[in-house]
Amino acid sequence: MTLWHKLRPYGMVAPSIIIFSLFFIYPIFYMMYLSLFDWNFISPTKTFVGIQNFVDLLSEPEFRQVLSNTTVYTVLTVALTTGLSLLLALWLNRGHFLYGIVQGAIFSPHIISLVSISLLWSWLMDPEYGLLNWVIGLFGFGKLQWLSHPSTSLISLVIVAVWKGIGYNTLVFIAGLQSIPADIYEAASLDRSKPWTTFTKLILPMLSPTIFFLVIINMIGSFQVFETIAIMTQGGPVNSTNTLVYYIYEYGFRFFKIGYASAAGVILLVIVGILTLVYFKLLSNRVHYR
Amino acid sequence: MARILLKGISKTFKDETVIQDLNLEIKDGSFTVLVGPSGCGKSTTLRMVAGLEKQSGGEIWIDDTCVNDTPPGMRDVAMVFQNYALYPTMTVRGNIEFGLKNRGVPRNERDQLVKDISEIVGLAPFLDKKPQSLSGGQRQRVALARAMVKKPKVFILDEPLSNLDAKLRNQMRTELIQLHKRLGTTFVYVTHDQVEAMSMGDEIVVMNKGAIQQADSPMKLYQDPANLFTAQFIGTPAMNIMNLQDMKGLDIRSDRPVGHVGFRPEQGILNPDRPVEGLVLKGEIVTRESLGAENIYQIRSEAGMFFVKTFLKPLESADTVQVAIPHDQLYYFGKDGGRVYGAGLQERLLVAGGAVV
Repeated sequence: MTLWHKLRPYGMVAPSIIIFSLFFIYPIFYMMYLSLFDWNFISPTKTFVGIQNFVDLLSEPEFRQVLSNTTVYTVLTVALTTGLSLLLALWLNRGHFLYGIVQGAIFSPHIISLVSISLLWSWLMDPEYGLLNWVIGLFGFGKLQWLSHPSTSLISLVIVAVWKGIGYNTLVFIAGLQSIPADIYEAASLDRSKPWTTFTKLILPMLSPTIFFLVIINMIGSFQVFETIAIMTQGGPVNSTNTLVYYIYEYGFRFFKIGYASAAGVILLVIVGILTLVYFKLLSNRVHYR
Repeated sequence: MARILLKGISKTFKDETVIQDLNLEIKDGSFTVLVGPSGCGKSTTLRMVAGLEKQSGGEIWIDDTCVNDTPPGMRDVAMVFQNYALYPTMTVRGNIEFGLKNRGVPRNERDQLVKDISEIVGLAPFLDKKPQSLSGGQRQRVALARAMVKKPKVFILDEPLSNLDAKLRNQMRTELIQLHKRLGTTFVYVTHDQVEAMSMGDEIVVMNKGAIQQADSPMKLYQDPANLFTAQFIGTPAMNIMNLQDMKGLDIRSDRPVGHVGFRPEQGILNPDRPVEGLVLKGEIVTRESLGAENIYQIRSEAGMFFVKTFLKPLESADTVQVAIPHDQLYYFGKDGGRVYGAGLQERLLVAGGAVV
């Protein structure tokens, strides 16, 4: 083994390791470091405050509301996206030519930029001139305030997230459904299985790896929601749509309390980290068919 | 126990007609094998009997009921699939008792049935395992047990052995024959393997291009093929068929025009030591296959290539040989491929393909 042979593999992986370290590993540790200080980004001195930032955060009612907003948003988004896309996938999986068009249509939101989507839905949800209020008006309902009222603002954001996510989720579900061999359904029909029994006893368990994958991916994504909030509500009204990442952004880059924001970042990191661990842990124990 | 009757069945997929006007009676308690090359419609026929495929025309009767509009689960048939189609998320027990649960069989009765059946097929130690941790043969047994436990009137098996290795396949073949004897239920079995069909079936239905070529017992099929297709499909090697126009000087007396003459490879006598009354062909040995008890020769004659099979004889080393086929072992077919009965050779000893007697 020459020196070249020994070094070559390291040389090969070096570029990605350097980029990964510089833009992922280093910021994470620097954030952890910053979370122990009081600093405004500008002053030359950082004041060490220990875990005071965390204590402040957790005793702050606003932060608790942010956590609760984020959780409610995540649970609703994940449940609705996964549930609706499973239903859609079951319907689309029957393979009519029309379904190809529908599949393309529901997938398109996935490739549109979030900024465009946010602007689009801001118009649609405009309380005075929005299309949505006009449509529900046709059915005789009163006008909704959508993003402008604390009672409907969070659910309005959930609707946007579901609308964007449903295409991708449906596509993954269709792939999952198509990997179930047709003769399983045939065997079930010979076993006098009713459609509901076939679905709950055979299809759902066989789809469980897919469902699980989507739930975790959607959860991680939802916990980090930012763009729609920054563009559509800026966390308002009355903090009703303020979520973790937006909160971090506001404290870090608008109020310049970088230590405080870093502490919130650490909490987000812990939450996402736990979700990821759960994902890998359960994934490895998961029953895979075939 | 059930008799199955197919009356004028046809099946079209989009514009393509797969089966046209198929009539067949499957006898009660028989082991009927549908055999034919791939794409001949045998699996489709089977799936129509099971109700997994809806026929485009005609009627299917099981016993005295027309099952045209009966869903698969209510036809009292059980099926073993080529890829087993086991429920991967259920244990072996779950797989076997799923059909019973759906029929509302009470728990203790179910347990007893599962216990009995798993002992018959030798699965008792594996009841709590998942199918993916079992071997191919064991999975096959689970599929069988799942079908048997429902005590169906008809057993339907769609190429159930094709995923097993040769040794296991032979073993399962014997087990299936024994199972059929023991249950006495009607078995309908699909295979593309004529050896499997011959060894298992007591009634064989040879199919080609969506039509039944011949339905008979194995021996009848072998000794008395109704047409060229059956003659060339059954037997290893298949029957030698020669074009009449390639056989110079052969004079056949027959009521109907004869297009082809055939004989089984095992009926050809290699270098006969006594004169034989029949057809004599002279040719050159192209290949020799020695299988121990039997030898198979491929011979090129002026009338075409043919095979000869000999039993318990030393391997022939000469390059050119004479092959004699006795009169009564010759088969005659018309130009349309149908069998011509009552034809015969004009003279007692014959010269064919330039060979000298």
